[in-house]
Amino acid sequence: MEPVLQVRGLHAAYRKNKVLDDVTFEVAPGTLTAIIGPNGAGKSTLLKTMLELHPRLAGEVRFFGTAYRNAKLKVGYVPQRGTVDWDFPTDALDVVLMGLYGRIGWLKRPGRRHRELALEALGKMGMEGFAKRQISELSGGQQQRVFLARALVQDADLYLLDEPLAGVDAATEWAIMEMLKTLRAAGKTVMVVHHDLQTVEDYFDHVLMLNRTVIAHGPTASVFTPENAARTYGGWLRRKEPVTG
Amino acid sequence: MTGLTHNALWVLVSMLMLGTAAGLVGCFAYWKRQSLMSDALAHAALPGVVIGFAILGFKSLPVMLLGAAASALLGAWAVTAIRAHSRVKEDTAMGIMLSVFFGLGIMLLTMVNRMPGGGQSGLDSFIFGQAAAMVRQDMRTMAAVAAAVLLVVLVSFKEWKLYLFDPAFARGLGMSGRLMEAAYLTLLVVVIVVGIQAVGVILMAALLIIPAVSARYWTNAFGRMLALSALFGGGAGVIGAFVSTLEGGWPTGPFIVIAAAGIFLLSLVFGARKGLLVKAMQRREQMRQLELRAVRKEPLAEREALP
Amino acid sequence: MSYDGWILLTASLVGLACGLVGALLILRRMAMMADAISHSVLLGIVIAYLATRELAGAHMLIGAAAAGLLTAVLVQWLHARGVQQEASIGIVFTTLFAIGVVLIATQVGNAHLDVQHALMGEITFIPWETTRVPWLGEIPEAVLTLLIVLLVVGGLIAAFYKEWKITSFDPALAAALGIPVAFLHYLFMTMISVTAVAAFDAVGAIMVIAMLITPAAAAYLWTDRLSVMLPLSGLFGVLSAFAGYGAAWLLDTSISGSMAFATGVLFLFSFLFSSRHGLAARRLRARAAAGSPES
Repeated sequence: MEPVLQVRGLHAAYRKNKVLDDVTFEVAPGTLTAIIGPNGAGKSTLLKTMLELHPRLAGEVRFFGTAYRNAKLKVGYVPQRGTVDWDFPTDALDVVLMGLYGRIGWLKRPGRRHRELALEALGKMGMEGFAKRQISELSGGQQQRVFLARALVQDADLYLLDEPLAGVDAATEWAIMEMLKTLRAAGKTVMVVHHDLQTVEDYFDHVLMLNRTVIAHGPTASVFTPENAARTYGGWLRRKEPVTG
Repeated sequence: MTGLTHNALWVLVSMLMLGTAAGLVGCFAYWKRQSLMSDALAHAALPGVVIGFAILGFKSLPVMLLGAAASALLGAWAVTAIRAHSRVKEDTAMGIMLSVFFGLGIMLLTMVNRMPGGGQSGLDSFIFGQAAAMVRQDMRTMAAVAAAVLLVVLVSFKEWKLYLFDPAFARGLGMSGRLMEAAYLTLLVVVIVVGIQAVGVILMAALLIIPAVSARYWTNAFGRMLALSALFGGGAGVIGAFVSTLEGGWPTGPFIVIAAAGIFLLSLVFGARKGLLVKAMQRREQMRQLELRAVRKEPLAEREALP
Repeated sequence: MSYDGWILLTASLVGLACGLVGALLILRRMAMMADAISHSVLLGIVIAYLATRELAGAHMLIGAAAAGLLTAVLVQWLHARGVQQEASIGIVFTTLFAIGVVLIATQVGNAHLDVQHALMGEITFIPWETTRVPWLGEIPEAVLTLLIVLLVVGGLIAAFYKEWKITSFDPALAAALGIPVAFLHYLFMTMISVTAVAAFDAVGAIMVIAMLITPAAAAYLWTDRLSVMLPLSGLFGVLSAFAGYGAAWLLDTSISGSMAFATGVLFLFSFLFSSRHGLAARRLRARAAAGSPES
């Protein structure tokens, strides 16, 4: 089967330091992959670089066999919750609607159909009752669900999520993972930057272990071993390679 | 330089001291990421200056400076209060405080200027600075204050370094964060308040920001950065003040800023640590190295085990 | 229209235009950038004047837009080279402003473009400098400029409403969705510059900041809906302009300074008494929550 995502020789830097070093991997469709690694390992940067939100120094990224700009509508991105201003005057429904802005096009307003789609997406995350609620009034878990609904409304084929389970309550964590499993069952592909080693085996069928470069990648059962974990997280300290030029 | 009057010499000396003090304190503000707060504080000082004059009815620099300090500190407090008790963000709070206080200052200034005897206030010189308007006493005040700042910074250099770069560790050592914060704010307000007569409220921040950033292009070491920033600040102060006295009626502030900006440009291009020239040379060297060495190409390694 | 009428109209247009732009401005956290641009447009105006030897509105607008863009570009350039964001802003605007002032002091020496005017504006002159416009007849040039700017800015905000919303709220997602974040950023900078210079004649460089930021911040405390915040911000701008003019007339003082101060008073009132986000309301809600049985 044609991989949904192919990354070859990706290099990227953040400030002065090399954060991604010759990263290469392929992702098969219908998988639910955890991206794990220590802080500063480049996990967020990997997502951002693939999505062209962060400059790449070298390497190739292919979504569904083509460049990102041709596949934008098929890729749903859920950034970290902390990057957003939660005091912004908007409600939950509005936030979800934003996921459709790419589709609605310039100069047009969101229509009834779009609102229905947004409400439906909120419903899938159990948040339809909060549609008109100001986002600053939502709890962390509720905010995360709204973010997820925003990704769902895009009806993408590949979902990239950056630490969706960070700082959420148990009920929300369960709801999110259920949704991700539903997506997988429907043939979608999901990649999640994940922070909790304890739950990797329970939640994900594949794992990508990253520490500036790919330490290991494959089915959780075979690849998520103590040796690989040690190589990813500790044991050796990667020397910070300054980027010049 | 022929025929520099005694007065002119005094002006230059006090500007040298002011620039030096501003360069030093500017480094602190830079590392605390509060470069624009100094701009807001400078603008906030204006109403205080005017009120200081209005209460007495005649120009008394110490009283006006006290008013300026009180006004600036009130402004600082307002920003924290807005930030703490509403969802308004810090930059917006600073902008509000800056423009509203300044607006109040202009209101009061205009009223005073229209009063009989208001023309002697010399208040207008606080907008853009007027080194020529300073009398001997003012310069003595400025020099004394600048010297005091210099002393404080030198004597507690180690403490400042720790406070700025490793506050958690500093607290662990028993250093009082609040004391340092208060000391920092005091130094900042004092330098601003003393400087606004020469540089003006609108551009005072420039003397605090530009020399510090210029120093960054030459060194990474905090101590050296302080020294260079002081040097650049003092230099900008002297050069700018000198040029502004070449023609009657020229405001001092803008010339000082341009002098500082000139130093900044030179640092940007020629700076030993991060300057453009040095970087260009580094890049050329790298390219040369790359050409000499064949790029090692690894076969697309089967590091991953795909299903 | 009467003399006072023109002045009030001018002030209202300033309040409206600045309020609209200001609402987006504070949500995009660019208050300091607006501060910078308001100072830099002085240089743009001076250069436009030196190049054309006339104070025509169109030239000034172009000079201002150029200065505003230059400011944004230079700040970005410095920041990309490792200078802190705030410091970059501080270096760029003070230098550009200083150059502007020096040019005025040394070269221009003209009654129209003196430094006081540039800073403080002189709204009282506005009704005298008129121009002929079809349908409306003789109207003050500043009013015409403001009307055009208001229409353009208002139009741009309405047309790209959802794009402004998403790029202000979540630029990362906007970029991922294919929305041209950078283009909108620079477009917005231009809008700020153009609004600033249109308001220039009335309130001067410094006070434009007050009109851009403060009414918007006040509106921010009264509502949770962007669609309400925008017009409310404009309304507050108009109210401040009226109040300021009234106060200046009463106290015989600077009109622009009074307007700036009036925005502050309005903000203070909102800060304390807004039913939604004001201090009093917060305290009451906290007390109610503490007193209730489930707490």
